[in-house]
Amino acid sequence: MAEQQHRSRGRSSEETEQVATPEVDSDRKEKLDDDVDAILDDIDDVLEENAEEFVRSFVQKGGQ
Amino acid sequence: MTVHRVQGSEVEYGISVQGQPHANPMVASTHVVNSYASAHGLTRRARWDFEEESPLRDARGFDLSREVADPSQLTDEDLGLANIILTNGARLYVDHAHPEYSSPEVTTPRDVVRWEKAGEHVMLRGAELAAQIPGNQPIVLYKNNIDNKGASYGSHENYLVRRDVPFESIVAQLTPFFVSRQIFCGAGRVGQQQDGSVHAFQVSQRADYMEVGVGLETTLKRPIINTRDEPHADPRQWRRLHVIIGDANLSEVAILLKHGTTSIVLAMLEDGFLPPAPPLARPVEALHDVSHDPTCTVLVELEDGTTTTAIALQRHYLDAARRYVVEHGSDPETDEVLERWQSVLDRLERDPMECARELDWVAKLSLLESYRSRDGLDWDHAKLHLVDLQYHDVRPEKGLFHSLLRRGRIERLVPDDAVLAAVHEPPRDTRAYFRGMCLTRFSTDIAAASWDSVIFDLPGYESLQRVPTMDPLRGTAEHVGHLFEDSATATDLFRTITQR
Repeated sequence: MAEQQHRSRGRSSEETEQVATPEVDSDRKEKLDDDVDAILDDIDDVLEENAEEFVRSFVQKGGQ
Repeated sequence: MTVHRVQGSEVEYGISVQGQPHANPMVASTHVVNSYASAHGLTRRARWDFEEESPLRDARGFDLSREVADPSQLTDEDLGLANIILTNGARLYVDHAHPEYSSPEVTTPRDVVRWEKAGEHVMLRGAELAAQIPGNQPIVLYKNNIDNKGASYGSHENYLVRRDVPFESIVAQLTPFFVSRQIFCGAGRVGQQQDGSVHAFQVSQRADYMEVGVGLETTLKRPIINTRDEPHADPRQWRRLHVIIGDANLSEVAILLKHGTTSIVLAMLEDGFLPPAPPLARPVEALHDVSHDPTCTVLVELEDGTTTTAIALQRHYLDAARRYVVEHGSDPETDEVLERWQSVLDRLERDPMECARELDWVAKLSLLESYRSRDGLDWDHAKLHLVDLQYHDVRPEKGLFHSLLRRGRIERLVPDDAVLAAVHEPPRDTRAYFRGMCLTRFSTDIAAASWDSVIFDLPGYESLQRVPTMDPLRGTAEHVGHLFEDSATATDLFRTITQR
């Protein structure tokens, strides 16, 4: 729920700023999106294959 | 007193053998430890000396009898599992079914960060070396606390605390602190309940495994306040507060805050400065509720029927600490912890996502949310569980924490060269210096060691010679550095120390 709240809050402040400086802000947003995409691409490359099987077979004995 | 305090950390690592989900974890863990020992000249494998260990001693003043103890509580019986001391003064061993690194004793939260991070390098190297044993498959280690199927393993903190602080006030004053501090030292988890059966994110890995308020157990019915009382120091003066509630952190800032804020709270407690913390109506329930709420806004009930938040509880301690340093003085390390503590609380209150560069659970949640929005995944999706698990993989090329670090998305505190030096070198300002230097210089003459002893096996002596090191602040570089410079052999050193 709060995720949604945060997102909508972010969006409204973006809109306000866009009125003032549209080019700069959209550039920044694009760069941020690019950055997040690049990270996910990075991580896609290193994530273990067959997530379901990998996660299921990670079984540990209890410790302290 | 400030954040300066004798302290240390212990981390049990998750372990898996690639392609062999049913491999015996004790065997794999033993390979990690022994491979590391063999490759680093610790061929004698100086063993752990159990003489001063009493895991069944309870801080409330009684001993649990061995007959009624669960076998998993008996940590002092040498099961023949690997158990060695490193040149940096740390202990590397197999605890139950996990390899564990116990940091050497240090005196500042920053040094905890440094020597705990060194431990990650030790584990990584041990796993790499174990994979070179003919017939062995690669071993992967995870600095986390859960398998999300019901099993949990610990990452403990230890703090030396003055014995004259009544244990009841430790319980009363620390319970609300431990319930709420997870908002900055939680490591994040996909899944709620011990077996992960509820598909949702939560702040802490360990919270759901804490089942009682106070207790001696560490492997079952885990308590918010653990009463194990082995000070490894003069018991008339000191107790060791053994904290089992924490998560294993990869973020350096989270480790610093975990140890730094706890150290300040303990200092205020010892000085009788800490105003009474508001008692929680149901601490265990509150702990779970706070962990299950990544917005950090959930209300928990106090004994008087009013409600509060984790952030407000933390501010109780922070405000007291602010007043405390004005009256008792401060230092740069303490100021750093206070600044970061305040900054993190302020930002968690505005929007927790602002802490994605510093806190493990926020960094992890931010990554998970990016995946969820790009791929439209629900919380039960295996890929999100994999992201959770792989965040903790200690291999730089596979661990997602490392991916974020490389992309400059995580703040660092300790430079790489300092961490790498700490893999081999002991801290200079505790007895770990003496222990570590004995191993560095004379490993073939050391039969065993522990937190409070080093045992020599010297040519010409019929029996083993035990040098007790009961004071954590003796045996420092300042005290004994010149002895190592002046001693060509272990026998020289021993004779100088004992005047024999």
